Parts: sequence; structure tokens; C-alpha cells
Amino acid sequence: MTTPLNRKIEIKDLSVRFGDAEALRGVTLDIAANEILSIIGPANSGKSTLLMAINRMIGRVPNVSVTGIIKLGGRDVNDFRDVEELRRKIGMVYAMPIPLPMSIRDNILFGPRLVKRLGKTASDELVEQTLRAAYLWDEVKDRLSTSAVKLSGGQQQRLCIARTLAVGPEVIMFDEPCSGLDPISTAKVEEAMKELKANHTLILVTNNTKQAARVGDRTAFLLMGKLIEVDRTERIFTAPRDKKTEEYVTGKFG
Amino acid sequence: MRIPPNITQNIARSLLFLATAAAVGILIFVIGFVLAGGLRHVSWSFLTGPIIDMGRSGGIFPAIIGTGLMILVAIGIAAPLGVASAIYLAEYTSVGRLTNAIRFGINCLSAVPSIIFGLFGFLLFVVMLGFGWSILSGGLSLAAMILPTIILTSEEALRSVPLQYRNVAASLGASRWQVVTKAVLPYAMPGILTGVILSIGRSMGETAVVIFTAGSAVQMPRSVFDSARTMAVHFYILAREGLSSDMAYATAAVLICAILVINISAYAMMHRLMRGRRTA
Repeated sequence: MTTPLNRKIEIKDLSVRFGDAEALRGVTLDIAANEILSIIGPANSGKSTLLMAINRMIGRVPNVSVTGIIKLGGRDVNDFRDVEELRRKIGMVYAMPIPLPMSIRDNILFGPRLVKRLGKTASDELVEQTLRAAYLWDEVKDRLSTSAVKLSGGQQQRLCIARTLAVGPEVIMFDEPCSGLDPISTAKVEEAMKELKANHTLILVTNNTKQAARVGDRTAFLLMGKLIEVDRTERIFTAPRDKKTEEYVTGKFG
Repeated sequence: MRIPPNITQNIARSLLFLATAAAVGILIFVIGFVLAGGLRHVSWSFLTGPIIDMGRSGGIFPAIIGTGLMILVAIGIAAPLGVASAIYLAEYTSVGRLTNAIRFGINCLSAVPSIIFGLFGFLLFVVMLGFGWSILSGGLSLAAMILPTIILTSEEALRSVPLQYRNVAASLGASRWQVVTKAVLPYAMPGILTGVILSIGRSMGETAVVIFTAGSAVQMPRSVFDSARTMAVHFYILAREGLSSDMAYATAAVLICAILVINISAYAMMHRLMRGRRTA
């Protein structure tokens, strides 16, 4: 297993139980700064649970027990006194685009406005900068005050990326961000991800192994709550160490 | 023999139409009957004049003021309290045995006959706390009566806001309170207001609670510590004592119109509020 030099996220022996159901079993995984780590695996393998544990959204679920250590930049995520601070550092883009029922502009400014007042110029700059980064600016620059709900699915998802960027995260997690999108929208989202790598660490959970191969620097394979293997992406897809990984990426199951 | 689907379809539609027509017809008949009997006795002097000779003549101005003040007290107390409880139940507790017990209790309370709240208000506010027969006692008792409804409708409204809004807000760094105020409450507002408006209507039409706790003074109340009668009580006394059926009808007509005006303006206000939020 290659060990990244500049570790942004360190996960040690992470186990998660929902009541009696075991969702993750002793996962140990490091994520390097400025890489895109793809996480693949069949349904119920614990991919989304892993993301929820990292930004502690899992704490909102009743009857959950989490053991193990997760560190962000060397700091235990449980040491963040305000979980809000942690979530501003770790952005999250969900599978289904969820624009809040307000204007495009207000969607983007929702996060920043939670912590500070923004002047008109600062707001305008932030809106333009994040929309450009999410490859959406040209499509919506003339109608920033219209409702975000009226955008197409692909545009909504890119808006959600821009909204996440507006908070200024160091890490961005994508939970199957393209599962409901057409190929063109998917390509735009993937392009945005590759650009974002320069200044962010990205985690991409995907059901689409081809997407993992296209986008990920490294790929991790989860199965039944266990981390089977993590390696450079081309290695996972050409010469995986584990037989189960090979069977999964070649489409024999899952 | 099977009846062909297009015929059952037509029969079903006709039956449903008849049911609706009957329901609406009865409503229109009742309201029309009261308005027809009452409106011709309603005049400016009736609306603004004092109650003379126990209501046989004069107007109903003290009763209008009494009604208004009592509703203000009741809503002023029950709405904040009820909405706050609903927020706590919906957003800060998880579903468990205790909260289910609380919810069951609130459900039962909302089905308790109003006269029980009248008796409760009489014992607690009028006698024990020494507020006497007063607008304050009446308003507090009404508040107790409508509180369960406001809690239940508000909680329902809060729960109907998609869970994803909460997750998105939380993942953007919103605290629990910010999630509530920025991502949940704005979208639950129409439902919450509907509950409040229904409660205003119920309070305006209530007699049992108010007779026990606010008395039935005919004079103009000078403060919330004075006894006063509401329009509903005034109507009840006029009709029961056989004082004047014309005046009774007129009072009922004013009561119905008042409820109508409150409903229309509340919904109009809500509509504007929501539109402003969507485009802002």
C-alpha cells in the first residue's frame, strides 16, 4: 500500500455500528492533500457511512456507535469543539442535487452568511468565483436572482458544488455526485473536480467504476464494511492485489 | 356480471361530486342563513355602540373589544409557546418512548372538550391565582385550549420540511439553531400559520371556556383585569335568554364576517411573505 507523504486525512481502525448492524469494520486509510481519492464498492459496503463519519454528520443519526480515530490535518475530528467548524473545512456534495428553495445567489451565500456579514462586493465576487470554479458561471450569470429550483439537474449539482466551495473547505467529499446526471453534465462535474484538486483534497464516492478510473488519483475498494484495497487508480484497475477487487472492477459482481 | 370500468368510474365521480356538493351546500346554507338574518340589523352604530338593556338594543362594541383582547392574550401566549415546543419536539428530540408519550398526551389534550378547559381556567386563573373573571383569565384559558392544536400542527409542518434541507444546512456549517431558523422554519411557516389561524377561529367561536373564566360583563373593559364578554358569549346569552333574536343574528353575522376577514388577511399576508422569500 502506498503511503501518501502529505497526509490530509488519517483514518485509523474506524468501525461504525448502527444499532446491531455493522457498517464499517476496522477501516484504516490515509488521504493525501490535493489528491482525488475514489471510493468504490457495491451497495451497503459502507462508502457513504465513511463520509458521514469524516464530517461527523453521523452524530445526527440515533443509535450509532463510532470507534477509531479520524484526523484532519493531524487534528482529531472529535477535538473540534464546534462541529460546525469541522464541517466548514470538510464540504459535502450529495448524490441528489439539493438546492435550497431560494435564489441561485442566496444558495451560494447561505454558508458564508452563517458566520459573517458579507458586503455587496464581497458577495458578488464570491458568487462569481465559486460559480466559475463549478463550471456554471456562464450558464447562470444573467439570472442569479432566479430560483435555484428552476435549474436543470446537472446545473443544480454544479450549484451545490459552488455552494460547498463558498464556505472555503479544505476537503470536499462527493457522494455519488453524478448518479442522476446525463453524460455531459457528468463530464462538467468531473472537469470541475480535476480543477479543484489544485487547492482541495477530494474524496469521491461513486458507483460508477469508470468514473473512479477517470477521475481518481488513487482508488479504495470497500466491501461489506471492510477496506479491501487502496492503491493508485491504474493499479486497482489493471493489477489489483485482491481477487475480490479484480472481480468487482471487471464487473463480475456488484 | 361485472360492471364495465367506465360506468363504475362515472358512478364514483357522481357520488364524490354529490358528497362535495352536499358538504359545501350545507356550509353555504348555514352561513347564508345567519348572514341573511343578521346583516340587515348590522349598522355602524351597532358595531360601535354600547350594549344597552342587556343587549336588547344598542350595539356590541364592548363585545368586539373583549373578543379582540382575549384572542390577543390567547395567541400571544399560545403561539410562541406552542411553536417553541413543536421545534423542540421535531428538531431537538429523537423519536423515542418519552417523546411518543408526550405526543400522545398532546393529542389527547387536543380532544378534551372545551368546557373542561373552562373549569380548569376557572379553578386555576380565576380562583387560585386570583385573576377573577377577567380578560386575562379568559385569554389564558383559551391559550391552554388551543396550545395542543398549535403544537401538533406546527410539529407536522416542521416535519414536512425535507430532511435534506437540514443535512445541506448542517454540512455547510450551520449550527442546530441555524438549521432550524434558516433551513426549516421559513419553509414550515405556512403550515404553522395555518394552525395559528385555525386556533384564532376556534377561540373566537368559543363560549364554554370564556363564560367560566371571563364572565359576561356588558360594560366596556378598561384593562385585561376587567371582566368582558366575547361576541360568541353575547350571542349565546341573547339567544338563550330570549332577549332579542335580531340582535343575536346580527352578532353572529359580525362574528362570521370577522373570522372570514381574519382568515383572508392572514392567508394574504402568508402568501406575500412566502413570495418575498422565494425571490429574495
